[in-house]
Amino acid sequence: MTPDISGNVEGSFQLIGGNFTNAGEASTQLKMKLFEFGVDDAIIRRAAIATFEAEMNVIIYAAAGQLHYYITPENIKIRVEDMGPGIEDIEQAMQEGYSTAPEWVREMGWGAGMGLPNMKRNSDEFMIESVVGEGTTVHMTINLNE
Amino acid sequence: MKLSELAEKLSLKIASHTEGMNGNITGAYSSDLLSDVMANSKVGNVWITLQTHINIVAVASLKGLAGIIIVGNRQPQPETIEKAEAEKVTILTTSHTAYETAGQIYQILST
Amino acid sequence: MEKANMKLKEIAKVLDAHFITEAMDADDLDISSACSTDLMSVVLYYHSMNCLLITGLTQPSVIRTAEIACIKCIVFVQGKNPNLQTIELAKEKGIPLLSTPHSMYSVSGRLFQAGLPSSPEK
Repeated sequence: MTPDISGNVEGSFQLIGGNFTNAGEASTQLKMKLFEFGVDDAIIRRAAIATFEAEMNVIIYAAAGQLHYYITPENIKIRVEDMGPGIEDIEQAMQEGYSTAPEWVREMGWGAGMGLPNMKRNSDEFMIESVVGEGTTVHMTINLNE
Repeated sequence: MKLSELAEKLSLKIASHTEGMNGNITGAYSSDLLSDVMANSKVGNVWITLQTHINIVAVASLKGLAGIIIVGNRQPQPETIEKAEAEKVTILTTSHTAYETAGQIYQILST
Repeated sequence: MEKANMKLKEIAKVLDAHFITEAMDADDLDISSACSTDLMSVVLYYHSMNCLLITGLTQPSVIRTAEIACIKCIVFVQGKNPNLQTIELAKEKGIPLLSTPHSMYSVSGRLFQAGLPSSPEK
């Protein structure tokens, strides 16, 4: 189904570190927007999952961050940047099961080391850049027309 | 039932401490929350989980669990295996989901 | 073993579970598979429609994760009761919640024996 998007749509959300209460709100809103545009269910799901995991990483590890989305008729571009501790070894961080999460995070059902792999798997293009002590930015692109 | 018997029936792969396969199973416990396992699992239970990090070894050891079955084709972290050998904790793996693994064990143990 | 759909009310009976919340016609919901985990990222791995989540985690994130993963309803094990915030969020999202006194292992076992298959992982 060709989604009904004329022109480009963009928006952003502020993410607050440690705020588990509203965690997922940004992804839910993006999901609803894509639904309004008539985007394919499977694609909405992938976008929601990738965004959700990115949101959770910011909330778990960073002081604050921002989620920015940019939707065109061809694809959805999502950029999540945070002011967090940064990742020392990105390759290691991308390994499934690898996590630096403290115990209290694991007890909340997170920190099993699946966030980054989940994000990569659900996007068509995935790029991550990080500076230790400054923060991390994740770029994801999901194509709308298969 | 011995852990080795269960492992054979479910085609589980051994990841650490083969000697533990002789142990007897008293039942099974399924959870990914360490505090939950600490509070509610029983001695001799086999623990079904997706967690692969090193802390699972201490929990299994402290609670006297028969072993840990890591599900979903996940592999224990290298440090986890190392610690498991040192603490004499048997870790097994399966490609089945936690739900399936629990379901199969439930069927086997209740007949 | 024959694979079978189960109605939510049937599931509640098998699990000695009571409804904490109800979405419209929750009783009649058709469930075709189940997954059990306490890890949120894992919930996102499963992809079938009409899936039931068995979990011991009662935080609001469970509801949000379930919504994103299109989970149809959630069963909390070991008599765990979610807090008011979780319940309100579930009502808002239309996800019925059940609570059973049995353990995750026992719940999985009962449903598996009743023929409910596992949700496949991606």
